Amino acid sequence: MAIYLTKESKVLVQGMTGTEGMKHTRRMLAAGTDVVGGVNPRKAGRTVDFDDRAVPVFGSVREGIESTGADVTVVFVPPAFAKAAVTEASDAGIGLAVVITEGIPVHDSVAFTAHARTRGTRVVGPNCPGLITPGQSNAGIIPPDITKPGRIGLVSKSGTLTYQLMYELRDTGFSTCVGIGGDPVVGTSHVDCLAAFQDDPDTELIVLIGEIGGDAEERAAAYIREHVTKPVVGYIAGFTAPEGRTMGHAGAIVSGSSGTARAKQEALEAAGVRVGSTPTETARHVLAVLDGAAQDGAAQDGAAQDGAQDATQDGARA
Amino acid sequence: MDLYEHQARELFEEHGIVVPRAEVTDSPERAREIARALGGRVVVKAQVKTGGRGKAGGVRLAADPAEAEQAARRILGMDIKGHTVGTVMLAEPCDIGREFYVSYVLDRASGGFLAIASAEGGTEIEEVAARRPEAVARIPVDPVAGVHTATAVRIADAAGLPPQTVDTLVRLWKVLVREDALLVEVNPLVRTVEGRIVALDGKVTLDDNARFRRSRWGDEKPASDSLEARAGAKGLNYVKLDGEVGVIGNGAGLVMSTLDVVAGCGARPANFLDIGGGASARVMADGLSVVLSDPDVKSVLVNVFGGITACDAVADGIVRALDEVRPTKPLVVRLDGNNAARGRALLDARAHPLVEQATTMDGAARRAARLATAAPTAG
Repeated sequence: MAIYLTKESKVLVQGMTGTEGMKHTRRMLAAGTDVVGGVNPRKAGRTVDFDDRAVPVFGSVREGIESTGADVTVVFVPPAFAKAAVTEASDAGIGLAVVITEGIPVHDSVAFTAHARTRGTRVVGPNCPGLITPGQSNAGIIPPDITKPGRIGLVSKSGTLTYQLMYELRDTGFSTCVGIGGDPVVGTSHVDCLAAFQDDPDTELIVLIGEIGGDAEERAAAYIREHVTKPVVGYIAGFTAPEGRTMGHAGAIVSGSSGTARAKQEALEAAGVRVGSTPTETARHVLAVLDGAAQDGAAQDGAAQDGAQDATQDGARA
Repeated sequence: MDLYEHQARELFEEHGIVVPRAEVTDSPERAREIARALGGRVVVKAQVKTGGRGKAGGVRLAADPAEAEQAARRILGMDIKGHTVGTVMLAEPCDIGREFYVSYVLDRASGGFLAIASAEGGTEIEEVAARRPEAVARIPVDPVAGVHTATAVRIADAAGLPPQTVDTLVRLWKVLVREDALLVEVNPLVRTVEGRIVALDGKVTLDDNARFRRSRWGDEKPASDSLEARAGAKGLNYVKLDGEVGVIGNGAGLVMSTLDVVAGCGARPANFLDIGGGASARVMADGLSVVLSDPDVKSVLVNVFGGITACDAVADGIVRALDEVRPTKPLVVRLDGNNAARGRALLDARAHPLVEQATTMDGAARRAARLATAAPTAG
């Protein structure tokens, strides 16, 4: 079943005819995504050939929905036009808007996420890699061929850390991986994804990746304590980041004593989340928890320790 | 990007908020002239983007133009928490009756903005917030509706501010919206003994993502650190740190993670450098040349997981940089993901004596850390 995105999803691409839009539409199609159209008011009525598939270009999201029954849009338009694009998609009644665009002014993100909420549109992003339900559909720029379908749900602020974990756990596989984005204001939070994964019968374990800045991970920890019965394994990046400097992502900044990696790790651990000290150790924790779940509870800690030792040995061999 | 106080003052003034008369200069002689024009008695304030100026001696009251010149001379060039004072602002003093605190700030948790206000303003606002949180009103602002008179009245009432502050609250919201600010703060907002409401000091943080639609407050070059300036000129996402292991990777999260793993191996990262998604050989070569030119760097760790980025392009960039930069420091390279085998083969074929490859991120970090800590210190 997965969350937010399945093989039934019909996907529009806003900004499909641009360089990035073309490149990633081709990849999405190759991954099995049902891309039903592009949106560009100046190129409406044309079709674009992607290998063996001709994809129509619509003048508006509304037109695209009316013609195809699309329920998802992936937004690649430049920052200056992103607010208009997402607002248009929300007004047309799209269910899910995945905003890949990086560098959108925060005031615009505040405006279009607030507007989307009033229209019942879920926004993922901005400044995110999108989401993938392996083997079914890929909405965004996550590489589809580094993992397989499976039982792990993943939610992350970071694209490449998502890829790293998808790859490390490729033999176990994923239900859905959601890159929620690294901006200060995003449409879908860790908490939203935790709630969806908790309700998803295909997801057995949840991986939560966070990074410095804001308090999304602390709020996720509070939510886990109250509402999540499935095991959660965490990873936090940015322990060595200096205070007051933005580390790549616009939202990744420690301000005074708030937003530190340490505080996030402690909050998650207090909620019973096992937090890895490296991505590789995090993957080991996941395997240990999944193995432990199959055996009795007492075996869990031993398995985790074995995992940590394996990680050390692996590194030493490298 | 944070603005200087004098820039914030200028913005407030443009939006009709009452501010003290003031002028900024980098010359003590000019400070004397400005003081004379402002009536003789002035406050001389260091212009630095950090708090705690007053305690550091960066704010002085001058009774006449001669004293103003003297004060400017003492403050200019002063170091305040690592910031060198390049300019001072001279402002007419005002007779403070009461001090308030008002700000609008981005609230990441709600994805909107908060109005924060208190009738107990002044430099001690953090202490007030910690000691008596009920004295600080925090009111969510509907980002679509914004702040009009009715909302401003509600904010003022909640914080116990006098009704004369409502106009300032409305205008301050306009500053936030028109300037794409993430924070606008007036502290203190004062009521003078004559009953005027004046924004005595202000802080404004602008959204870097909105640069494309902003006509001024252009990017300041980080003049204090030439490595950051050089990296910036090449469009690289680079932050200089204090350590000895140079780090290059793709994606902000993976690079932050790499810094942590290096630290976990007992070394310190020398920098953050994210070459981004889909990086070309050129970007990789530029990045490597910047990192290798850092005299603090003893070894370099390249950690790339190819999602969109092709590892063979990264390897090609490394090979190019090896020819252009002629490194004298060891490189540890870990390539995984998209085209990793081709990338590794390219590096193997180049067979540079200072380049070695690792198969895991943790192993690569451990090796780079060992190379850096074992390396003899230069000179």
